[in-house]
Formats: sequence, structure tokens, C-alpha cells
Amino acid sequence: MRSHLADFDLVVAADLPEALRLLVAGWRPIAGGTDLMVLFNAGRLPYRKLVGVAKLPELNAITVSSDMVTLGAAVTYSAIQRHSVMQSEFPLLCQAASWTGGAANQNRGTLGGNIVNASPAADSPPALLVYDVELEFISTSGSRRISYGEFHTGYKLMQSRPEELLVKIHLPPHRRKLNQYARKVGARKAQAISKVCFNAVAEVESSVIKHIRVALGSVAPIPLRCRKVEAALAGQTLSSTLIAHARDLIAQEIQPIDDIRSTARYRTAVTQNLLSEFLGQLL
Amino acid sequence: MANTPISLTVNCAAHTLIVPAMKRLLDVLREDLRLTGTKEGCGEGECGACSVILDGELVNSCLIPAKQADGARIVTIESSGLGVIQRAFAETGAAQCGICTPGMVMAASALLARNAKPSLEQIREGLAGNICRCTGYQKIFDAVETVSRQNP
Repeated sequence: MRSHLADFDLVVAADLPEALRLLVAGWRPIAGGTDLMVLFNAGRLPYRKLVGVAKLPELNAITVSSDMVTLGAAVTYSAIQRHSVMQSEFPLLCQAASWTGGAANQNRGTLGGNIVNASPAADSPPALLVYDVELEFISTSGSRRISYGEFHTGYKLMQSRPEELLVKIHLPPHRRKLNQYARKVGARKAQAISKVCFNAVAEVESSVIKHIRVALGSVAPIPLRCRKVEAALAGQTLSSTLIAHARDLIAQEIQPIDDIRSTARYRTAVTQNLLSEFLGQLL
Repeated sequence: MANTPISLTVNCAAHTLIVPAMKRLLDVLREDLRLTGTKEGCGEGECGACSVILDGELVNSCLIPAKQADGARIVTIESSGLGVIQRAFAETGAAQCGICTPGMVMAASALLARNAKPSLEQIREGLAGNICRCTGYQKIFDAVETVSRQNP
């Protein structure tokens, strides 16, 4: 059932301080609206007062410096894909952006919105996890940074407070050449929510894994960084035995469920196979 | 409390309206401006039937609160600038029941504005957010290729 329009209010914040003041007063932020408006149209939006933050300049810049790439939280999926440094340095995030909805949703949907919507099935979080990004939040009492790997604490639970606004996502540069890998498994190539979304980066030197990160979507209550698998692989020499061991470990580390899109058993098998494919490419 | 003034430029015509802040742009177009060419399909951003072009970008008008469109330049299927694409859709049989057609034409227009000669793969990607239950898509892709061939 549709929401009753008169119950809701929306103001577009003139500037960042106004947005932060409204958040303190209990208003909730809306950026591209590609998640919140779906809830609203279905009569399930739990907030009555919304403050539009999509056009705030602080949330819209992509800045590149020698030691960091910083994305404003309201940068859209389209803007990410069109940016040359994102294409060359962070191809997994561009790939995830291209997997998220069709062109119209990519033009409105924002990376920051995807993060704080906190869906475990979203496609950009696994890429953000393997790139080890930091989130910058701001409120009337100041700003702070949170490592994205620590951000999601449970299903739709996050470290941020309601009066804090996600303003920036900081992506550290890669010090060395990384093997980068991402696969999405869904029912349809375009615009499907993932059954499994697998991302990994690794640095390999003469068959030794110097450094590795593995993260997945749709296999746990949160976007999941597989730290046990990473710890078991780092420093090891690649071999079929090692890959078999990693397959066993990742099946223990993920927590997939049966739902409308897939089954726990299928998700486990696909996760193991994608890990094998990735590690096999490094051999 | 929730009614708010907004200004829109739709197909080059300026409008100032008083509407509920959260009224969907789709409903503003259809009900307030009587531009009923834009259709509602799913109402959740999955089908693309309500596609319009807002400040040069393809968007789903069912997901845009009126207040967030304040000041925007919008192009809808009623625009006079879409004749070439519309003719190609008619000539290749790309429209059957017609519900998806306005959105498909807007998505094709947004794609061709960015890329005058898209490959078949790029056409498929550009239209991936627009769902058609009649055509099987091939004639829609043919229509876009017809326009693309006419482009320099």
C-alpha cells in the first residue's frame, strides 16, 4: 500500500551545516533515493522527515592525490564508472557499479547510499572491503573515520550514529601490482540481485601469496571479509593442496542462507568454485 | 506541512507548481502536468517504464521525490526532439503493447546522446534497465541500430 503523502516531508539541504542540524533534529538523509523510494512507494519507509543531501558539493567530488583517492558519498555509480582513475586503479568498484541496477539507477544511486543501506546483497561492499577503504562521517560535533572492514556489525547494523552523515569514502592506493578479480552470480546478467558476489585482490611473487584480501556479498548477514581464509593463504606457496584447504575454510567462514534468490548449498558451492577460479589464475 | 513550491522545465516549458514534497516526479508529470506518456510499470525502479531524462541523465521518475527535482530540466516522451527514434521504433516493429515504449525511447535517447554509434552490446547495456514483455527485445535493438546507422 502506497504511503500517504501528507505524512512525509522532504527538504533539500542548502548546505552541509543545515543537513547536519536536521540530522540532530531526527531527520534522515536521502541521496539518490533508489532504495528509500522503493520503500516509500511500498508504504514501508520508516522515516517521515527526509533531508536531501545528493547535491551537497562536499559529497560529490572525486579527488585524486598521490596518497589517496577520495569519493564523495553521493558520487553516483555512473560517475564512478566514467572516471579514468577509477577505471585504471579500482576496476572492481567500476565493475560493481556496472552491476548495480540499470543505467537509470546508476545515474541516481550513490556509493554512500549503498554503504549505509547496508544490504548484505549489495555489489559494491565486497569491492570496498578488498580495497580496504575508510569511511568519513561528519556530525555537528566533528568528523571521524571508520575502517570499512569494521563498519557492518550485524544485519543492517552499523557503527555510525543517526546524527552522523557519511561524507567521504577514502580509497588507499595500491603500493604494488595487484591481481584483481570479481564475479557476480545472479539470475540475470543485468539488474539482478546477487546470489553470490565474490571479490578478491592478491599480490603474488614467485608463487608465494604476499598479500590477499577476499570479500563476498549475499553469503552472510553483512558484506563479509573472509579474514580466516586470508590469514591461511598469506605467505603460503600456491598449490592445489593449498587451494583445497582454502575451499574448506571459506565454506566454514561464510554464513549463507536459503532465500528467494538461492540456497545455502548453492551459495557455498559457488563461493568455493569462485575462490578456486581466482587462486587457480594465480598459479 | 509537506506541500512545497517547485520549478520544473519540462520539454522546454517552464512550470511552477505547489506539490507534496514527496510526490513522485512520475505523478507530478502525469497528474499535475497531464503528461501521461510516461508510464508506471513496477513503481520500484526495476522496469524502466517511467524513464525520463533529468538534467541530461536517464532516471526512473517513480523514484524521484518532487522536491529533489526542483530546478531540473526534464525531457519526457512528449518532447518534440524524439521523432527519429520514435519513427525507427514504429518502422522496425519495436512497439507492441506500448507500455514499455516511452521508457525504451527515453533510454535509447539517453544512450545515443552519449554514444552516437553504440555496439549491440552497448545497446543491450544501455537498455538493460528497461523491461519489455512483448518483443523479446530484438526489434527494439534493431530500432536503436537503425537510428545509430543514420548518425554520422
